Amino acid sequence: MSKVIMTVDDSVSIRQMVSFTLKKEGYDVLEAVDGMDALKKLNGENAVHMIITDLNMPNMDGIELIRNVRANARYKFIPIIMLTTESQDERKQAGKAAGATGWIVKPFNPEQLIGVIKKVLK
Amino acid sequence: MNEMKDISEIYRQEAEERLAEIEETVLEIEENPEDKEAVNRLFRAVHTIKGSGAMFGFNEIAEFTHHLETALDKVRNGALAVTKDLIDLILKSRDHITSILSSSQTGARFDEEKGNKIIAALNGLLPDEDAYVQSPVHDERPNAKENFETTYRIRFRPDHTLFSNGTDPIPLFEELKTLGECRIIPLIKEIPSLDDMNPEYCYLSWDIILTARTGMDAIKDVFIFVEDNCELIIDIIDRADDFDEDHVARKLGEILVDRKDLSKEEISQALSKQKKLGELLVESEIADRQTVESALTEQMQIKNVRDKRNEETKASSIRVAADKLDTLVDLVGELVTTQARLSQFSLSNGDQNLMSIAEEVERLTSELRDNTMSIRMMPIGTTFSNFKRLVRDLSSELGKEIDLVTEGAETELDKTVIERLGDPLMHLIRNSIDHGIESPEKRIAAGKTRKGTIRLKAEHKGAYVVITIDDDGTGLKVDAIKAKAMEKGLISKDADISDKDAFNLIFMPGFSTAEAVTNVSGRGVGMDVVKKTIDSLRGSIEVNSTSGKGSSIKLRLPLTLAIINGLLVKIGEGNYIIPLSAVEECVELTKEIIESSHGSDILNLRGEIVPYIRLRDCFGITEDKPDLEHIVITDVHDKRIGFVVDNVVGGHQTVIKSLGPAFKQMKNLSGATILGDGTVALILDLNTLT
Repeated sequence: MSKVIMTVDDSVSIRQMVSFTLKKEGYDVLEAVDGMDALKKLNGENAVHMIITDLNMPNMDGIELIRNVRANARYKFIPIIMLTTESQDERKQAGKAAGATGWIVKPFNPEQLIGVIKKVLK
Repeated sequence: MNEMKDISEIYRQEAEERLAEIEETVLEIEENPEDKEAVNRLFRAVHTIKGSGAMFGFNEIAEFTHHLETALDKVRNGALAVTKDLIDLILKSRDHITSILSSSQTGARFDEEKGNKIIAALNGLLPDEDAYVQSPVHDERPNAKENFETTYRIRFRPDHTLFSNGTDPIPLFEELKTLGECRIIPLIKEIPSLDDMNPEYCYLSWDIILTARTGMDAIKDVFIFVEDNCELIIDIIDRADDFDEDHVARKLGEILVDRKDLSKEEISQALSKQKKLGELLVESEIADRQTVESALTEQMQIKNVRDKRNEETKASSIRVAADKLDTLVDLVGELVTTQARLSQFSLSNGDQNLMSIAEEVERLTSELRDNTMSIRMMPIGTTFSNFKRLVRDLSSELGKEIDLVTEGAETELDKTVIERLGDPLMHLIRNSIDHGIESPEKRIAAGKTRKGTIRLKAEHKGAYVVITIDDDGTGLKVDAIKAKAMEKGLISKDADISDKDAFNLIFMPGFSTAEAVTNVSGRGVGMDVVKKTIDSLRGSIEVNSTSGKGSSIKLRLPLTLAIINGLLVKIGEGNYIIPLSAVEECVELTKEIIESSHGSDILNLRGEIVPYIRLRDCFGITEDKPDLEHIVITDVHDKRIGFVVDNVVGGHQTVIKSLGPAFKQMKNLSGATILGDGTVALILDLNTLT
């Protein structure tokens, strides 16, 4: 069974790009538009094996989402990758403190995305 | 990629939606500047336009929007107040982004000038230190491949909490494996008893031995996400371009000490029991099994890598008896001489066909000569590795701590030169160890590092190879040298000589300043022998020293002993060769020059004073002088010196023949050669002439 990766982003174009890249690599993809949406979908029937989330989102931002995911016994140890920009070092640190596994700096290309996933997902 | 095009389309739609949102939100904020949620929404919209824009190739949008984002970030943090100016600017920015977006679709140019004005105005609103924020630059990760294999020891000691942010070490190891040959040894000594164990903690750590053609950065990149959550030490333990290390895998004990797992004392204690060290260490519980196993793995991998490398070198070369090579060089020498005769004959004969054949032969001969010479070239690194051992043994014998650093081990020199160089170099290094580097106590007292360093360096310089031996020891004591020289009667009591001349005194026969004759050096038979050997190799030696700081000895050696490029000159009836590598230019010795120097043999060469030597007088030649003599300007020991000759004939491939034992005492000449017409030309030794 292929691994399920959730992409959380309020930008539809980023979600599309991530989703398209991952599907081509043989992963199943679940999309969520913000932290709230993500938390709801995480509690669905199918387990998610990894999360790629943006940090700036309405309703619930990425850092809050990471904190919530880590508090959930089901997802305590799954890899979580956050999307950051060069100018957001502070946010990156906050994300790490909340329990993020790693990060990708925007803009990124599909190869870089796959490279990071290979780094954290068995 | 077609799908990527679709995504661009999606981005365009998304951006349009966001731009509409921006307009709406800005107007909301204008009515109610305190609405935090509205400000956040505005920021997010701008952020998305920027972030996604950069991803899908809308770089102009990303760059422009970056400035707007910076300003809005300040608003969000309360560092910038919402004013009417700001609102205007945001709306203008929004319109500008719209125009860039539509221009990307229609291909029409947008107004860049307008964009710059908006950016300037936005920056004007910011507090000074933030006025200029670098727009985001994406750095391409360097994936530099190195030409040679390097073996790394990676010690990966994660924090106990490694798993809590979702890190799984296995993919990291998988990634390392893609870099090269990789051995991973888990260390389990940290695992507590079951009662004390927190099942969510990581108690393991790993030693990894990796042989790869990648740089250190590529390895660090693998661990980039965990570098804050672990202790990571990466050491280079073997490099393929390393000539210095003996081609033997290092002993287990040495590796353990090097890794600071154990001290030297613990090792020798264990060794005295004469059992296998690894077993012993485990039995006596000095080290646990994993530590030993990890070190053993390292030993094995390095041995494998080196064995493989040696095999590769062997496979690509064949061994030939040295005398066969010597014969070949002799034959090529004869061929060069014969070819010179052919060329000369063809010229005087004037037959066009013969001349073209002679030219062809000349070309082939010179190629053959170069190739043959290159066969005899060997990297000097082979001798360097002997010295590592010498330094190690001698320094421990003398209770000193010395590092030998070698550079340029790949520098190639003629085999004969290398062979004859071994002893002098050995002697010079011995001297540095014995007299140069002080004992650790003295060094610390002098404010130096405990460990002394001897630097052995070889490099190409023109037709020469320069070998330098530097040490950071006590340096030569000029006064002691002078005193000793006076005592031995080498210089007169009232002699006033420069430091440089004083340094050269150490090369006089029977000179030794060592306060006590040690086992290592100081018998006073050394330096003059060194000088003689270097002279016989047509090389030169130079000493420099700063008292208390160290000394430096420089050897200049010709690349080869067999064939050189020479300048053929005539004095009277005799032919002479000046090594072309030393020649800078030729000038005429006119009457004016002689008159203007008022009897002293000095020439004003474009404002520089150059002394010259009349070879006629040197060699006692009494035949008639020509009306116009020539001066060959040469560079000897970085000084310009002219040699007066009757006539300059031209360049000549000079096969060096030794003068034979009967002329051993002959100074000023380093050999002879046979010219095309069968006559003999003598090769001048500029070092002794000046």
